[in-house]
Amino acid sequence: MNVDLVIILTAILVSTASALVGTFLVLRRMALMSDAISHAVFPGIVLAFWLTSGDRASLPMLLGAATAGLATVTLVEWLSRTGKVRNDAAIGIVFPALFSLGVLAVSLYYRDVHLDMDAVLYGEIAFAPFETTTLWGREIPESWVVLGLLTLLNLGFILLFYKELKLSTFDPGLAAALGFAPGVLHYALMSLVSFTAVGAFQSVGAILIVAFLIIPPATAYLLTQRLPIMIGLAVGVGIVSSLAGYGLAIWLDASIAGMMATVAGLCFALAFLFSPLEGLLTSRVRRQRQRLEVAARLLLAHLAHHDRPVPEQEILAEFGWNPRFLRQAREKALQAGWLEVFGEGLRPTSRGLAIRQTTSVLGK
Amino acid sequence: MEVFIHIFTDYTLRNVVLGAALLGVIGGVLGAFAMLRRQSLLGEVLAHAALPGIALAFILTGVKLPLVLLLGGGLAGWLASLLVLAVLRNTRLPEDSALGVMLSSFFGFGIVLLTFIQHREDADQAGLDRFIFGQASAIVTSDVLNFIVLGSIALLLVGLLYKEFKLVTFDPDYATSLGLPVRSLGTLLTSLTVLAVMVGLQTVGVVLMAAMLIAPAAAARQWTDRLAAMLWLSAGFGALAGLSGALISASRENLPTGPLIILSVSVILLVSLFLAPLRGLVWDWVRSRQNRRRVHLERLLLDAHVLHNHDVLTLETLALRRRESLALTRQHLEELRARGWVQPSKEGFALTPVGDQKSHELEQAMRVGLPTKHP
Repeated sequence: MNVDLVIILTAILVSTASALVGTFLVLRRMALMSDAISHAVFPGIVLAFWLTSGDRASLPMLLGAATAGLATVTLVEWLSRTGKVRNDAAIGIVFPALFSLGVLAVSLYYRDVHLDMDAVLYGEIAFAPFETTTLWGREIPESWVVLGLLTLLNLGFILLFYKELKLSTFDPGLAAALGFAPGVLHYALMSLVSFTAVGAFQSVGAILIVAFLIIPPATAYLLTQRLPIMIGLAVGVGIVSSLAGYGLAIWLDASIAGMMATVAGLCFALAFLFSPLEGLLTSRVRRQRQRLEVAARLLLAHLAHHDRPVPEQEILAEFGWNPRFLRQAREKALQAGWLEVFGEGLRPTSRGLAIRQTTSVLGK
Repeated sequence: MEVFIHIFTDYTLRNVVLGAALLGVIGGVLGAFAMLRRQSLLGEVLAHAALPGIALAFILTGVKLPLVLLLGGGLAGWLASLLVLAVLRNTRLPEDSALGVMLSSFFGFGIVLLTFIQHREDADQAGLDRFIFGQASAIVTSDVLNFIVLGSIALLLVGLLYKEFKLVTFDPDYATSLGLPVRSLGTLLTSLTVLAVMVGLQTVGVVLMAAMLIAPAAAARQWTDRLAAMLWLSAGFGALAGLSGALISASRENLPTGPLIILSVSVILLVSLFLAPLRGLVWDWVRSRQNRRRVHLERLLLDAHVLHNHDVLTLETLALRRRESLALTRQHLEELRARGWVQPSKEGFALTPVGDQKSHELEQAMRVGLPTKHP
């Protein structure tokens, strides 16, 4: 089977599954819980490894790691509910402790076993084509099966409980009052995040899962204010960064998962700068345009009061503008056809006068 | 005991212990400020974001001098924290998502650079990835000197600007109204945290650095409500964790230092959470148990009082009034008797003068809403 195809499809499945649940993490302000869960996956895997006495089967690993993820969530919530430690501090306390336990166990008991730390960091997406399984008589990559099921699970959960998720995300109080059991939903979502983290662990490593869970939804968050569009965009950004990341990684001979995270970060940067909603540059341009428009209308209103052309000096003195800004405002008004050149100065056109009748910046 | 003698004689162990303890002090002090300013996870972001800086410093200079690499890492972390601020000021993205985005994209880029260096054949990259999980055993005297310089800068500035930092941390609005440069002071505190992270990268590594900033501060917070005391305690806890982590890891082979330091500081935090006077969870439980007991006794006495004054106080009437089983009421009456509040009489039971007095007080207190005295 084509190696590229296996890796790319695996990456697409990882990013789709992650973006689906990640959207709700971002909206519920629990983005960093994914950081904690993904770190806790590691000791979970070590634990499963120990319980099954060294078997590297997938199912016990998945279960062990998912349990560890849920244990992290529970611990963090218990800590912050005691009121002694704030939620973010609780996250930053719990996962290093668990991760340390995992590292300690590995260095004590499994020094020579294949549980190396590189896998924790980079994942082994490049090995995806070599781990195959037989399904309906055909040999297909194991990662396709695991991640495909995961994607379907996440998708099914969101489709089934879309209304409940939406309500409990945006108005938890109302959701509780209406009897939608936000607590159950919360733990269900956290379980899915844990499963996703475990499923993605082998492909992209423990730490870069956060990039797949958070960056695409955060990018989508900057681009839209509607939930269905946000989910769609998040999946899209995830897929785009998977494809572009893979291409770049092959070209530069660097870590595939790392490159995918980098490209996702670049997507976020683009959205941050150019988002039509609130991009840094777009809103700057918009503000500039609005300033000019107001200035042009002001100019128009001022000129309409005079029956002779007004010299530039007088306008500058009147409004306290600098000459460059006046030139820009005049340009804007001329372009809009509100003013026309008349001898030495400017005078309003009939169109400009009509505009002034309907809307006036001076409030008249 | 042998280990303690080794600290003074064994060159490697001395460096490791010193480095770990220094990290504890610096991380403890700056972590306390970060926690109080509600930026607990800043350290996590700074540490992860340092990775591409370390790799870039190596690519650009080609040297593996720790100070050069850490400088690159510090700059990258600093840049990431500025970017987080820019995102927060200009968009409605929640803070945790902004942190998560910066953390993971910088880290991803760092991994890319690391693998890129690894795959270049001419370069000897071994030793760069030790910053990810830390490698305390590789700390040499020059590293300890670096730590001392970095730490002194950070602690000296905290000492000099203590009053300003305190004000900015607890009441930024008031600080602004006094004309203090609140934003610059905040940036300065963040920059000092970068110094702490630079010290930590070599000892506990990128992944575990967050705990070195949070746990000592959170533990110290349980013991005191005063900033100065909290800073000293936090520094002390950090140093203790560094010390014990380094010593335990030296006591046997194959014990990694970084994780042991983190586990030590976690144990300190757990003990503080449960046992610190006033704020400890154990005392909370004891207090709420005592309160429940007191309220129970008071309700019981008031019920007996009402029956005593308006009806007859017997086992049956009390059970009826309290809607509980006879056996339970018998037990409850026994409790009241043990306190000398009721005594047997010819009709059944009667309040003693003490019990009458007490219930009268309770009634008065409930009427005016005063807190009752402890029984």
